[in-house]
Amino acid sequence: MDFTFFLKVVLNSLTLAALYFIVAAGFTLVFGLMRVLNLAHGAIYLFGAYVGFDVMKATESWLLALIIGSIVAAMLGVFIHVAILSWMPGEELRQTLATIAVSLIAADLMIAHWGGLSYQIEVPDIFFGSVALPGVGRYPIFRLMLVGFAILIGFFLWALLNRTKLGLMIRAGVDDRDMLASLGKNVALVFVAVAALGAFLAGLGGVIGGSAFAIAPGEDSKVLLSSLVVVIVGGMGSVGGAALGAILVGFAEQFGLAYTPTYGVVYTFLIMVLVLMVRPKGIFGRAA
Amino acid sequence: MSSNKLWILGLVTLVVLPLVAPSFWTIQIAAQSLILGTIALSLVFLAGYGGMVSLAQLAVAGLTGYVAAHFGIQSDSSLGVSLPFGLNIALAILAGTLFGSLIGFVAVRCQGIYMIMITLAIAVCMFYLARQNLGFFNAYNGFHGVAPPKILGFDLKSPIPFYYLCLVSSTLLYVLVCHLIQTPFGLALQGTRDDSRKMRTLGYNVERIRIFAFAIAGFIAAVGGLLRLWYAGSISPGSINVGASIVILIIAILGGLSRPIGAFAGALLFVIIQNFAIDFIDRERFNTMIGIILLVIVLFLPGGIVGFFTLSRGK
Repeated sequence: MDFTFFLKVVLNSLTLAALYFIVAAGFTLVFGLMRVLNLAHGAIYLFGAYVGFDVMKATESWLLALIIGSIVAAMLGVFIHVAILSWMPGEELRQTLATIAVSLIAADLMIAHWGGLSYQIEVPDIFFGSVALPGVGRYPIFRLMLVGFAILIGFFLWALLNRTKLGLMIRAGVDDRDMLASLGKNVALVFVAVAALGAFLAGLGGVIGGSAFAIAPGEDSKVLLSSLVVVIVGGMGSVGGAALGAILVGFAEQFGLAYTPTYGVVYTFLIMVLVLMVRPKGIFGRAA
Repeated sequence: MSSNKLWILGLVTLVVLPLVAPSFWTIQIAAQSLILGTIALSLVFLAGYGGMVSLAQLAVAGLTGYVAAHFGIQSDSSLGVSLPFGLNIALAILAGTLFGSLIGFVAVRCQGIYMIMITLAIAVCMFYLARQNLGFFNAYNGFHGVAPPKILGFDLKSPIPFYYLCLVSSTLLYVLVCHLIQTPFGLALQGTRDDSRKMRTLGYNVERIRIFAFAIAGFIAAVGGLLRLWYAGSISPGSINVGASIVILIIAILGGLSRPIGAFAGALLFVIIQNFAIDFIDRERFNTMIGIILLVIVLFLPGGIVGFFTLSRGK
């Protein structure tokens, strides 16, 4: 295999890792704070993507598609949290099962509405086409932009968590929920905010992923798998862990696919097993 | 009616069913319930008695089916090796049991929802491996035209012998689970479920007990997977996707995790819903209805139907 091919695989890995990071960051935040394993996260991603697609078709504004897709996804996340999950606080298994039920219903209703076809969101002209990169050849601009988006989102999340009062409360809640509540903070409201933020990121990932790749039934479980593995590898509740996990999983998946096409997913599995052997709570995970 | 009489009545009904009921009830409803119930039994055993919810039990059943199809008689002659049936069955069940143990080996490091995450991730990996691997799993196509063997002069392809095969194997596995939970191992397993730290202090090797439980569950799921392959006559990635894995969980939850019989009760209810729901709703929207039913059970009936009946009988 030649060097150009190698570089292309590196770029593919990075762009995929960028998407995984955006989606898994929301997943890990929700999990870290609320101990809710939201298995509907993939469905929320897909919903955001579909809504973004419709908005793009109606308004021809990609930015609007991005914003509305993410906000509608956030609303779905808040709905799931308020209408279902908040009725069984602390009951982790029941909450997980409830999110499975929601993901089943959502996936089925999305097939009912959008059908089984594969869509792609049109990207604005400035992101359209490909650019010549030294040593690689032509590469789609939008895929490169994905990495930019991920870095931007990572920075915003860092700022939100480390520089705002809400972030302070989220971090405190991840460490010790009960203590935060007994200090008189409105934990329920923080929970709603994080549910919204997590789903917002899923929707954002949906519109961005739907512009770079495809929107189709089944994408939800693909996204769910990557989020799960990213979070297992990186450690629950850690945004930095999500970034590292996303890079590991992105590279494993793309290099696996490129060099051993029919065993690609085995590497994802192996990474997960290896990390669990050495650090059962993930690389950046802390003992509960 | 006392509970003993109820059991005998149930068993007698199952035994005479093919003689009195049309084959739709014997095969579509009863045999399918027994097969799905067997796979769900492995989950009820793990979850109810070991406190370990695994979403990978269908992946175990699926791998078993794939191994049996790869090394058995099927329609795609370009792939696979046809071994004698005895060897094929032994190999398939061994593969399933080993895979189940391997999942246990990985998953027992974690607890609760962490374990759900890991087993779900393993199940999805298995699905993608089956879909992308051509050399062993035949990728998108999978295997078709898989026929069950003739054993002791019984052609298992015909409905009634196949039904009895399902009935005998699921009954044996059910008895096995009921027996196991009363053995020292079964009690130790329940001990690790209730208080793993105390068990450790008492000198038990908690990990080893849990992995062994996964091995047994792997064996049960493997038998279920073999029956499922023969029932369907084919296996493809679609039959081991996330949705199918979740169906096993739904069956266990529908029935209730507190007793082994819940697996079969849940499977029967699920199969009946699956077969008759199309009279009420659009066939395409089956998953919506199943999702709503799961949601209702989770919200209002956490013990499943077995839990509901146990409560209403004042136990």
